[in-house]
Amino acid sequence: MGRPRLIPACGAMLRRDLTVAWRRRSDIAMPVLYALIVTMLFPFALGPEDTLLQRIAGGIVLVTLLLAMLLTLDAMFSSDIEDGSLEQLVLSPQPLELLLGMKILAHWITTALPLIVITPLLAAMLHLPTAVIPVLLLALLLATPLISLFGAVLVALTAGTRRSGMLLALMLLPLCVPAVIFAAGAVAAAQQGLPWLAPISWLAAALVLAVVLAPLACAAALRIALDA
Amino acid sequence: MTVSIPHTPLLEARSVSFFRRDEAVFAPLDFDVHPGQLTLVEGDNGSGKTTLLRVLAGLLHVGAGELRWRGAPLRRSECAGEILFLGHQLGLKADLSPHENLRIAVGLHGQRAGTSIGSALIEVGLSGYESEPTRRLSAGQKKRAALARLLLLPATLWLLDEPYANLDRAGIALVNHVLKWHTDSGGAALVSSHGTTNFAGDTVRRIHLHE
Amino acid sequence: MSNWIPLWLHKLGSPPTFYRFAGTLQPWATTLALLLGAIALYGGLVLAPADYQQGDAYRIIYIHVPSAEMSMFIYAVMGVASFIALVWRIKLAEVVAMESAPIGAAFTFITLVTGSLWGKPMWGTWWTWDARLTSELVLLFLFLGVIGLYHAFEDRRQGARAAAFLAIIGIINVPIVHFSVNWWNTLHQGSTVNVLGQSKMSWDMLWPLLTMMLATKFYYAASLFRRVRTDLLALEGGKDWVRKIAEDEADR
Repeated sequence: MGRPRLIPACGAMLRRDLTVAWRRRSDIAMPVLYALIVTMLFPFALGPEDTLLQRIAGGIVLVTLLLAMLLTLDAMFSSDIEDGSLEQLVLSPQPLELLLGMKILAHWITTALPLIVITPLLAAMLHLPTAVIPVLLLALLLATPLISLFGAVLVALTAGTRRSGMLLALMLLPLCVPAVIFAAGAVAAAQQGLPWLAPISWLAAALVLAVVLAPLACAAALRIALDA
Repeated sequence: MTVSIPHTPLLEARSVSFFRRDEAVFAPLDFDVHPGQLTLVEGDNGSGKTTLLRVLAGLLHVGAGELRWRGAPLRRSECAGEILFLGHQLGLKADLSPHENLRIAVGLHGQRAGTSIGSALIEVGLSGYESEPTRRLSAGQKKRAALARLLLLPATLWLLDEPYANLDRAGIALVNHVLKWHTDSGGAALVSSHGTTNFAGDTVRRIHLHE
Repeated sequence: MSNWIPLWLHKLGSPPTFYRFAGTLQPWATTLALLLGAIALYGGLVLAPADYQQGDAYRIIYIHVPSAEMSMFIYAVMGVASFIALVWRIKLAEVVAMESAPIGAAFTFITLVTGSLWGKPMWGTWWTWDARLTSELVLLFLFLGVIGLYHAFEDRRQGARAAAFLAIIGIINVPIVHFSVNWWNTLHQGSTVNVLGQSKMSWDMLWPLLTMMLATKFYYAASLFRRVRTDLLALEGGKDWVRKIAEDEADR
């Protein structure tokens, strides 16, 4: 009989979350619509001057995506807790850290990736110069997984509580300050024609660290939250 | 009626208790669980049956006392996958079909030799519903899908919390049948139930929980 | 429990012992805090000379700097207590960590407000986005997050453990925030006090500051002892030693 090996188990986990997300496709569309609508509001609030919009476009896209992801984070574990499948995951003979890593990856694929796909559109709405868009995309590809990873740890901590989306925002957003700074820094540097590799490298380094540490922290947090 | 019992118990509890807000949820418990043995955990609502099973499963930490697994202090890394827990929430994703749910469970836990997802679903009477989303099944059918998971996974100790709830007479017979099949093949099970027992067979040991 | 914690520490960790210990020390800590605080204020606001550049405006440092130091000191205490609470599941450590959070939040808030009041005459702005200010703001959010998470749980001990975990995550995060904002921009003036090395302040300006730092420590101790004692009584409500205290109180 023997326990299954790690790779197929991770595959099963990833496939599970992706299939569930696919069956609820309309949920995937929500954050995308949210980001579009928020971005649409900025020109109306600030006036249609190209120079102003251009200057703040990178930051607006970044913060909008961060908030859109925040809205989806709350649901990361809630359905698994409600139907008892989280208990089954905790009790499976696989390392919980890896399974949670797969869950986080699935979350990133289903929420952040669609947002990144529409980013060129959002950037165009705010007249961001086309030459800067690749840098923005690169920064987002590194920053959004960081947010997914941080968020997963904090959502795991609130897993045992009553619904608390606001609390999650209070805890997560301060932790995201560095990610926002470096991602926005890279875009701003690219826009001014300065070298942008340094902030991107910092983001990449942070991502490597977070990929290793966040699933461990997430598993520990989840064990605390479930132990009652 | 005598049952031959191997010498090392599968699971031993030595004055195990659990505290919530510094109050013991159940009195310190001592019991052994041997392979091939069925143990019934009895008690009224609120007597701590679910808590006991969750402690044994490792979902809650042991408050005081010691748990031993195959004669040595229980370490979760060693018995992971050997203990299977089925609680009030069945652990089935509503958007997936029973077949998909079972395939994921097998992917995570492995598969018992000589079983297949198809035959397990037939055994619990869910043939024809394999690819129906679980959300469309009745409560009893969902329970049956969860029972199929027990049949498929290679665990030795089952911890079943109120498995008879939501089941009709045929369903209760099915639970008993599945339990008998498991103990006959060398497994053990702890089953919680409030009062009314539906057990067939007289080899059942009982643990009584009082408030 | 691990046996390499010294025995006395382990004994002190038992709620009834700590309850008595804190009860004995708390009045002393309160008295010292008030006394030293009064001396420091007199020294700082009356005796110390005016600054040749900043005039009397600099005197806000007698509140600002001790508060800032306390905000970090209390976060450190909370972090250490959190670590102990998570690793050894000691109830007292959970209580100390959770009861430190509101005190720390208060000091952080005072730091931000006084810093802002000081900033207006000095730099001509209430707020600037530099590393120290932003880190302090993030510290306030962390304190509030810890408090919020603690109260979000039905079970207080579970809430304490979850919040302790958040406190530890915060310890890693604050230096990263500081570093990243530094990278972003730096405006703040250099460090004012350096207790160990050569200080830039003259002694008659410095001693009230050091006294105030001591006073705030005693205030923290007194406040913490008070809060922890109340909390221990609530948490251990059903235990014999609490019942005995209640009976003694009733007899009086």
